[in-house]
Amino acid sequence: MSQVNRLSGGQVNRNTELNFRFDGRSFKGFEGDTLASALLANGERLMGRSFKYHRPRGVLTAGSEEPNALVELRQGNRQEPNTRATVAELFEGLEAKAQNAWPSLRFDAMAVNDRFSNFLTAGFYYKTFMWPKPFWEKVYEPIIRKAAGLGSISFEEDPDLYDKGFLHCDLLIIGAGPTGLAAALTAGRAGARVILADEDFRMGGRLNAETLALGDVSGADWATETLAELASLDNVRLMTRTTIIGAFDHGTYGAVERVQDHLPQAVAEKPRQILWRIYSRRAMLCAGAMERPIAFADNDRPGVMLASAVRSYVNRWAAAPAQQVAIFTNNDDGHRTAADLIAKGVNVPAVIDVRADAPAVAGTELLAGAEVIGTQGRLGLTSITVRLANGQTRKIMCGALAVSGGWNPNVHLTCHQRGRPQWDAELAAFVPGPDLPIGMTVAGAANGQLSTAQALSGGATAAVVALNDLGVAASPIAVPQAEDAPIALKPFWHVRGGKSRAWVDLQNDVTVKDVKLAHQENFVSVEHLKRYTTLGMATDQGKTSNMLGLAVMAELTGKSIPETGTTIFRPPYTPVPMSTMAGRATGKHFHPTRKTPSHVWAEEQGAVFTEVGDWLRAQWFPRKGETHWRQSVDREVLQTRKSVGVCDVTTLGKIDVQGRDAASFLNKIYANGFAKLPVGKVRYGLMLREDGIAYDDGTAARLAEDHFVVTTTTANAVLAYRNMEFARQCLWPDLDVQLISTTEAWAQYAVAGPNARKLLEKIVDADVDISNEGFPFMACGEITICGGCRARLFRISFSGELAYEIAVPTRYGDALVRALMAAGEEFDVTPYGTEALGVMRIEKGHAAGNELNGTTTAQNLGLGRMVSKKKDCIGNTLSEREGMNDETGLRLVGFKPVTDTDPVLAGAHLMNASGAVNARTDQGYVTSACYSPILGSAIGIGFLKDGANRMGERLRAVSPLEGSEIQVEVVSAHFVDPEGERLRA
Amino acid sequence: MHKLKPISALGAAQPQIDQIAGLTIAERSDLALASIAARQGQGEACMAAAQSWMQADLPSPGQGHLGQTYSCFWMGPEQWMVSADQADHEDLASEIKQSFGATASVSEQSGGWCRFDLKGAQLGAVLERLCNVDFAAMETGDVSRSRLEHLGCFIWCLQPGSEVAILGPRSSAGSLHHALVAAARSAL
Repeated sequence: MSQVNRLSGGQVNRNTELNFRFDGRSFKGFEGDTLASALLANGERLMGRSFKYHRPRGVLTAGSEEPNALVELRQGNRQEPNTRATVAELFEGLEAKAQNAWPSLRFDAMAVNDRFSNFLTAGFYYKTFMWPKPFWEKVYEPIIRKAAGLGSISFEEDPDLYDKGFLHCDLLIIGAGPTGLAAALTAGRAGARVILADEDFRMGGRLNAETLALGDVSGADWATETLAELASLDNVRLMTRTTIIGAFDHGTYGAVERVQDHLPQAVAEKPRQILWRIYSRRAMLCAGAMERPIAFADNDRPGVMLASAVRSYVNRWAAAPAQQVAIFTNNDDGHRTAADLIAKGVNVPAVIDVRADAPAVAGTELLAGAEVIGTQGRLGLTSITVRLANGQTRKIMCGALAVSGGWNPNVHLTCHQRGRPQWDAELAAFVPGPDLPIGMTVAGAANGQLSTAQALSGGATAAVVALNDLGVAASPIAVPQAEDAPIALKPFWHVRGGKSRAWVDLQNDVTVKDVKLAHQENFVSVEHLKRYTTLGMATDQGKTSNMLGLAVMAELTGKSIPETGTTIFRPPYTPVPMSTMAGRATGKHFHPTRKTPSHVWAEEQGAVFTEVGDWLRAQWFPRKGETHWRQSVDREVLQTRKSVGVCDVTTLGKIDVQGRDAASFLNKIYANGFAKLPVGKVRYGLMLREDGIAYDDGTAARLAEDHFVVTTTTANAVLAYRNMEFARQCLWPDLDVQLISTTEAWAQYAVAGPNARKLLEKIVDADVDISNEGFPFMACGEITICGGCRARLFRISFSGELAYEIAVPTRYGDALVRALMAAGEEFDVTPYGTEALGVMRIEKGHAAGNELNGTTTAQNLGLGRMVSKKKDCIGNTLSEREGMNDETGLRLVGFKPVTDTDPVLAGAHLMNASGAVNARTDQGYVTSACYSPILGSAIGIGFLKDGANRMGERLRAVSPLEGSEIQVEVVSAHFVDPEGERLRA
Repeated sequence: MHKLKPISALGAAQPQIDQIAGLTIAERSDLALASIAARQGQGEACMAAAQSWMQADLPSPGQGHLGQTYSCFWMGPEQWMVSADQADHEDLASEIKQSFGATASVSEQSGGWCRFDLKGAQLGAVLERLCNVDFAAMETGDVSRSRLEHLGCFIWCLQPGSEVAILGPRSSAGSLHHALVAAARSAL
């Protein structure tokens, strides 16, 4: 198909012709086109169907504010819905599809909705689908959701890469129109670090869209020259295709750079988009202004466009929206559009100007004091009906209508921190208010300075002020001579008296009538108006409709527009793909992985790993012939209890505590006493929250008078360290104590089992005595192993066996586990993972995360006597509250099934042997359960009311979730070696 | 010499080196680390001990010292990290403790951190994809703690604009390395 509406001139590269497809048909365009400009050049005005009524829609604007021309770009797993054709750069082979139309864009069966528009007004969901009540969730909502919506997604994984980044600058300039360019040149020449960002792929803003001259050259040429100089400055970073999406705290701005959206093929390993966080010392908003439409009957037909957009298409992209274009305006900008069209040879049948005193326009008829009251054309505009000043009507044939209702400064970013814009009566528009984000200034059209001359001088002057604030000397550039036309506008929002619907929000199918209905039903607050009618929602966030909606509501309420108010503008300024928000943090890179020192070795053993926070820990080590995890775990438990096992326990938190007052400090941190712990000894410790609830347990080993090593649970390593650091800095700053995490600095292994000592004796150096007398239970020391390697040895046991934990600097961790396994060969040593670790600690009745679950006290855990009353420590006062010291309260006990083969389920609730099963009769719950290969049955531990006095009682363990109920007997939580003889052996 | 052979943070016998479009990413496993924290009221004494021991001041906030034998950087109020060649200073923490005595608490940190040195003319373009440090404004020895790939890392400027050391938690060396390589491939 030929480009029937392609004009001469423009800023497209005619030497590079591009092939593209839209809705199954092939077209040609040029490099420099957008999808919208190329479609217009090809005579295609119909680009989509509306959201609710499926009315034919064409392009309204030439920028990111576009409400109508939303398409699906690309195919397969790169399919992207709701892309604005106005900002989609054309590339060879581009595939675009209209959305929200079935079976085709030109014949959309869902357009039948339009026939029922009287029933589908604002709020119809809430009124129509009231009954029967259950139908809402099951019937109505699914149907509405299916019918509503625009684009579709592929449901395939996005194959593209996305990145994030951080930038710093003295001055961030948002928008590269005349204001931004003048500011950037001023700041760039002054040597400041400048970032100039613009969402367009060609900087220059309206200079590229207008025919106005700057000095002796065209605006576009001046922009090109200015950009060339800026590009030569090392201190200036030019960021095209970059939208500043939000103004955040402390001069931080979010930006999305579309790196590859315009390329036919993704470049391997390069990001499609980058989400930048820009730290600016000062920021200038030079985002220009957006033209606004006028509402009139059937103003949504393809071909009805904003006048400034028509100029953009004609001047920048050399694409006429139609062969005949009429103008409807309330200000002089409409006349400018007429002049540009005529200069390009496009027929302009008339300029309809609501102002009775409108100035004359050369080359066409001026209909002063007239209004457009209707349009005709099924899939595109064919004619308009005009009510003349004398009351007569006239039909004018045209394929497009360029509408200008004035300009709205682009104030969005000024409001991202709750700033409110203020009303400018002369402009009949909101301009930035006084409550700007700290460090932001606004210049040019965004600040209500609508002429080119004002924009240039405003940009240069504001840059000087911003830089002077930073102590950077700067002089404004000599701005070229430019147009400086005064504002000549008659506020005019919508044409009264039309027979058909007048559209306010084209994206959400909101009409003037809908706004009236909202008013009638008392949704007069602008925020309620928005929610009730959906005006201003979705991808364009009402950029072309909000003002119109406010004006109509103001009229209805009899208030002024500023009294009516505005809705809050929030980030992001334009839609941002979720993938861009995620950046590289996807899939297995969603969070970092922590590997233990034995990870490589464990992989060699075929270990199965489990995630514990960010850590990957060996869960069990399957051996040949083992087909079920239980076989491996049972073997590891049995072998450890029979001979010896080795487990990597590096993940436990390790906090180095040093200082003259280290012991006093720990005495305040732990509920039990530490002040008198001898050097060379380890003690189990319990930490309480301020409210007296137990939150972590572990050990503290005293290596010297002024040196302890505290261990925490893996899960609470960071929390405990943070709490201790808070206590050090804020609660007891007078204590001489220093903390640092050494979790990663030491590789640590548990060596457990009757042969643990024999194994270790082959590892430790000859002068180290680890006999029971020389190194008794709960001893610790700094030793050497394997011929001089520094190590720490702790005689502590989580399994209940004779056990040690041995630590070496992490880099030797791999070698140590290999040495341990080699030394243990004669004892049939087994490595064991977290499952066996868990089984053995349940068998021993040791509390872990399941028991320290944020609700349990020391009393509950059976550790009440550990909470010292002789000293002050975190949590001990509130732990004495009456409710936490109920003698018949929950106590940690063990459970075994009455029938050996029954499984015990963690989470099961305990009920008396008979009676009702409900919350009122609840006796407690099972916290941890496993199969004990030693006992040959399932076992569990958990909390039972008055548990200590109910030994031998039979209860029901009920799990409504699992649908199970078994009988259990209450026993001691210490299933194995209750007297502790093994660990002291 | 003991019998245990060390491995690098990435889990190999030899440190990993990557060359990507003019940028070198080199894992360093040849450095010992130890932290120093001044005991209460001993800041000045600590400074004096440092002068006597390594003939240099302990650095001010945000700064570091690059020396022939010992290098160090500021980590927090009256806290510093010291590095030295591993082969010659296997037990760096003890060495420091002997010199600083009761003026400071010293902790072994050699295994706590992995280190990658990045070098190349376009290093700035890579770092801006990784962390919020303003590398262009950093002078030799400057250091900043920053989040990188969700990890708390030290960014230590070795040569303005072209060379930096990144220290991150050793257990996450693989994730950190992946981030560095991915960023380099993305940016260069």
